[in-house]
Amino acid sequence: MPERRNDLVAGAIFVGLGLAFGAEAWFALPIGSALRMGPGFFPLLLAVLLVLIGLAVVFVPSGAAETPSGPIPWRGLAVLLPAPVIFGATIRGLGLAPAIALIVLITVFASRNVSLRFAVLLTIGLTAFCVALFHFGLGLPIRLFGPWTGPLARLFG
Amino acid sequence: MSDLLANLGLGFSVALHTGNLVFCFFGVLLGTLIGVLPGIGPTATIALLLPVTMSLEPATSLIMLAGIYYGAQYGGSTTAILINLPGESSSAVTAIDGYQMARQGRAGPALAAAALSSFFAGTVATLLLALFAPPLAAVALRFGPPEYFSLMVLGLVSAVALAHGPILKAIAMIVLGLLFGLVGSDLYSGMQRFTLGFYELAEGLNFVAVAVGLFGIAEILRNLENEQNRDLVIRKVTGLMPTREDLKRIVGPVLRGTTLGSVLGVLPGGGAILAAFAAYTVEKRVSRTPEIFGKGAIEGVAAPEAANNAGAQTSFIPMLTLGIPANPVMALMIGALIIQGVVPGPNVVTSNPELFWGIIASMWLGNLMLMLLNLPLIGLWVRLLTVPYAVLFPSIVAFAAIGIYALGSNSFDLYTLALFGGLGYLLVRLGCEPAPLLLGFILGPMLEDHLRRALIISRGDPMVFFERPISAGLLIAAAVVLAIVFAPNVARKRAEIFTEEG
Repeated sequence: MPERRNDLVAGAIFVGLGLAFGAEAWFALPIGSALRMGPGFFPLLLAVLLVLIGLAVVFVPSGAAETPSGPIPWRGLAVLLPAPVIFGATIRGLGLAPAIALIVLITVFASRNVSLRFAVLLTIGLTAFCVALFHFGLGLPIRLFGPWTGPLARLFG
Repeated sequence: MSDLLANLGLGFSVALHTGNLVFCFFGVLLGTLIGVLPGIGPTATIALLLPVTMSLEPATSLIMLAGIYYGAQYGGSTTAILINLPGESSSAVTAIDGYQMARQGRAGPALAAAALSSFFAGTVATLLLALFAPPLAAVALRFGPPEYFSLMVLGLVSAVALAHGPILKAIAMIVLGLLFGLVGSDLYSGMQRFTLGFYELAEGLNFVAVAVGLFGIAEILRNLENEQNRDLVIRKVTGLMPTREDLKRIVGPVLRGTTLGSVLGVLPGGGAILAAFAAYTVEKRVSRTPEIFGKGAIEGVAAPEAANNAGAQTSFIPMLTLGIPANPVMALMIGALIIQGVVPGPNVVTSNPELFWGIIASMWLGNLMLMLLNLPLIGLWVRLLTVPYAVLFPSIVAFAAIGIYALGSNSFDLYTLALFGGLGYLLVRLGCEPAPLLLGFILGPMLEDHLRRALIISRGDPMVFFERPISAGLLIAAAVVLAIVFAPNVARKRAEIFTEEG
């Protein structure tokens, strides 16, 4: 029964996260008393509650209808989740324009039906649009070309 | 009465200020633009556009966000009517009869009925907000920490009642959200909590990154699940104006829908959705021709549209007067206020009257613009539906990334975005709605703060929550809500409603 499998996994996640939060609250933070609550008091309370509810999710059938969902978009996950990370890691060094081009070029391939030509055209168009809007329009204080781009940085930076 | 007029006068002078008027217009336009795009509801729209408004003045940014909100709401009904694809849950009801009308070639009157009912309901609800918010805020000013704590508990419990899907999972999501909200420095001791050694987390997880991850990125992933069945056949919209007969038929439904929506919208936990359903059910029951419902009854479009717009408007009451979000959209608004340096709560009326009354006045103006904008531009919105998804989602991701980086020039916020995008998708897939998590995330630090203060006042005695009458009343209300939700027949009915809707 796939529905129960969902409950089991969700419950396990709740229990796991509850234990993780609870462990730090218990071992690393002063708990204090109800009168003088330490930084660990409220989190510990919540963590215990989360573990208990997690267990209830595992053992009590929810009885709700399973929402139909399609196949897991592995390609989308593999592309969409790293994209912001790459953007974050490169924006300082590359600057706004190359970082936008990079994130667009990466994310467009989350879809299965795009051609290389389409990807390149969209990258150029969207980068130009974003630079016009955010750099020239809204005046964001991010350098257009960062130090990693060498001569471009000296020209436009 | 003269106070009300003076206050509304102040509000309109703020709202009609050229800059604010322009941003209200842009908000409505952008909100409709993005709300029309299939699969992106108001919550995701606001989350995505939040960074854009951050550089504005507090009043202007809230006015623009409010504009985005009702724009997105209206955009959602447009897609519901034209292609049977509600952009958000509260317009799911509109799709039932609206889409049937569109199939019979009456898309024009359906869209016009939706716009007119929304405008009327919005006007009434805005007036109610202006009337009732200040006295409520005056009462709330006497609230101490125990009352606030109990009020937030009631808000969180009600959020569970109206969340989709299994109740236990919704409660777990709230608790998880509360815990994520506590990440960062402890206010009292300055100790780092749950930062895993990252100094970037000292100020907590970035709220916008969490919201955009949970609602934006996760939603894109959800849409990528069945990418192939996205080719849509769109009929040409002709003959916009409803006939005299149509107008006569919608008067009653609009009045009843507005009343229901205004009352239910104040309830914490997403009143607009409930309001739309309730209004539809009521109309079907009072109608002399219930058999035409589901087959293109204009009453079935007008009533829920009036109800959800009224509800959307009155849900600002608890947000503006108590600082308690009634739904995820209001949670985002509170987040926006906090980022702007305004402390949400009953003090807003007195400390920022221009903000408070400006928002109220701009709501009415926004609704007016919405009507003037949408009816003539309907052709444009229809064409927008044909934008391929492969253009759409890279734009959304790029905008979100730039916006979030621009907020604090902090690369770490983008890692947060990716993390919560993945977590949000995983949890949605496992049948857990992300909305309660976001509510918990916002309320976590406030809840802890009020709990600590209440217990310091009472010298550590937890009975303080039951000894003070208002606090006790709120906790009893929370217990009643929980009991009702867990009662077997209500639980079954609730499951039915949300299945029907999904």
